[in-house]
Amino acid sequence: MTLTTGRHTPRPGGAPLARMIAAQAGLETRMLLRHGEQLLLTAVIPTLLLVLFGAVDIIDVSAEERAGGERVDFLAPGILALAVLSTAFTGQAIATGFERRYGVLKRLAVSPLPRWGLMCGKTCAVLVTLALQTALLTAVALALGWSPRGNPLAVAVLMLLGTAAMSGLGLLMAGTLRAEATLAAANLVFVLLVFFGGVVVPLDDFPATVRDVLELLPVTALAEGLREVLRDGGPMPWPQAGVLTAWAAASLAAAARFFRWE
Amino acid sequence: MRNAGAEPAVEALGLVKRYGRTTAIDGLDLTVARGTVAAVLGPNGAGKTTTIELCEGYRAPDAGHLRVLGLDPVTEGPALRPRIGVMLQDGGVYPGVRAEEMLRHVARLHAHPLDVDDLIERLGLGSCGRTPYRRLSGGQRQRLALALAVVGRPELVFLDEPTAGLDPQARHATWQLVRELRADGVTTVLTTHLMDEAEELSDDVAIVDSGRVIARGTPADLCRGGGSDVLRFSGRPGLDLISLRAALPLGSEASEPSPGSYRITGDVGPRLLATVTAWCAQHGVLADRITTQRHTLEDVFLELTGKELRS
Repeated sequence: MTLTTGRHTPRPGGAPLARMIAAQAGLETRMLLRHGEQLLLTAVIPTLLLVLFGAVDIIDVSAEERAGGERVDFLAPGILALAVLSTAFTGQAIATGFERRYGVLKRLAVSPLPRWGLMCGKTCAVLVTLALQTALLTAVALALGWSPRGNPLAVAVLMLLGTAAMSGLGLLMAGTLRAEATLAAANLVFVLLVFFGGVVVPLDDFPATVRDVLELLPVTALAEGLREVLRDGGPMPWPQAGVLTAWAAASLAAAARFFRWE
Repeated sequence: MRNAGAEPAVEALGLVKRYGRTTAIDGLDLTVARGTVAAVLGPNGAGKTTTIELCEGYRAPDAGHLRVLGLDPVTEGPALRPRIGVMLQDGGVYPGVRAEEMLRHVARLHAHPLDVDDLIERLGLGSCGRTPYRRLSGGQRQRLALALAVVGRPELVFLDEPTAGLDPQARHATWQLVRELRADGVTTVLTTHLMDEAEELSDDVAIVDSGRVIARGTPADLCRGGGSDVLRFSGRPGLDLISLRAALPLGSEASEPSPGSYRITGDVGPRLLATVTAWCAQHGVLADRITTQRHTLEDVFLELTGKELRS
């Protein structure tokens, strides 16, 4: 066999950072959107919950909650919080856990893309998915007669804080537990929080002591905060924003400290 | 400014790496000159992968001196990583990504990547370019991993068991690629436990066992040092061995272990064979069943590392 020469003459170098991160974000987004189970989690389940609980009186929305308006006005903010939970926490934890297990993170760790660049790519993918989810769920809620109020900026700030908090928790889980354990735990947390996180069941249905604890959960704080703005037309809900900020700071710091790449 | 190219591609002195109470690498020395192919050969658990992963900067050695392209792989990792290509032993690819998609992605992370279409064709990945990674065969995964290692036009390539599980065609395509890398001045460090692979491809071989280099040299050097080669032939019994020895080059030895069966040791090559057949012709001997047996790297390897099975 003859040797063809010149093709491999070394010409090493990383691509410009922005190009690397854009490429990584694009790939991560495609991976997220192509994955069947992920779509079930991020699109099908929240939509079904919205339609089901919005149209049928399965959960008894209390008189006070109803007094605020339509059932969908109560549900829509909770479902948006659930969307953040599904993508930033559950979806990201499972995907990252398996990437770690299959050596994807290890492989990319020796590429020119810095580790923080990889994390930027993941965050972009989460934000793109979340934007698509928000568009879908908003359209469905509007079709069900939702009339959102309040300041969109406050909504965006709350959603971003919630994304940061739940991403931190998801990455902490993915970077420390085995992939199978992450899969099981992330799904379990998702299911539990649908019912106990103030998403479809009003917090008022729980005893006061339980409610005090539940209010400190990130998904609950996000759902309640969004409700105060979108349903009640209130100003920026600082207590909930504070809870989310605390979770974001603690979970991201812990993830940065304990995340194992292999 | 460093004087690029002056220092060896890999320079390891007295490397030690422990995992808990087990010592994976125990005072390992390894030097790989620029533009050469070095094979790290050893039984399972000898420390081959650990050695490579120290060079790739995955972890810091517990002791010893290590420079890769003149850089500390851990503290100067960001400067080193764009210059190396890495093929891990298993995967490192998203299960849902398509083969071609992954290759294009890694190409995009580099400033001057190879032509992806050409690489796909050369490694026979065309038929599975649209196939998700999880549905690729073992051989296709190996070839994709190799493509990922070279697509960024690195100066130095680490290949951890590049041909494990490949069919002969794919193995030869891989060998061909390593030869092309060498011809273009790329340094390659590969691990293998295939002796013929090390003999075929490498300029230098380091045989590693229990975390240390127990022998090193060119494949030819190692074979020479390990014992002598043998030429055997059959003829009528009782040939004049004294006359035969006199005809042989210095350092050769002739014997008749059993009647009519002759054994000649020494530097077995075309010249020795010609000398023996010429002597036979002079003496009216029809040499029958002539065999030459050269000492292979495998013999050396087994002599050095023992024949018992490793876990």
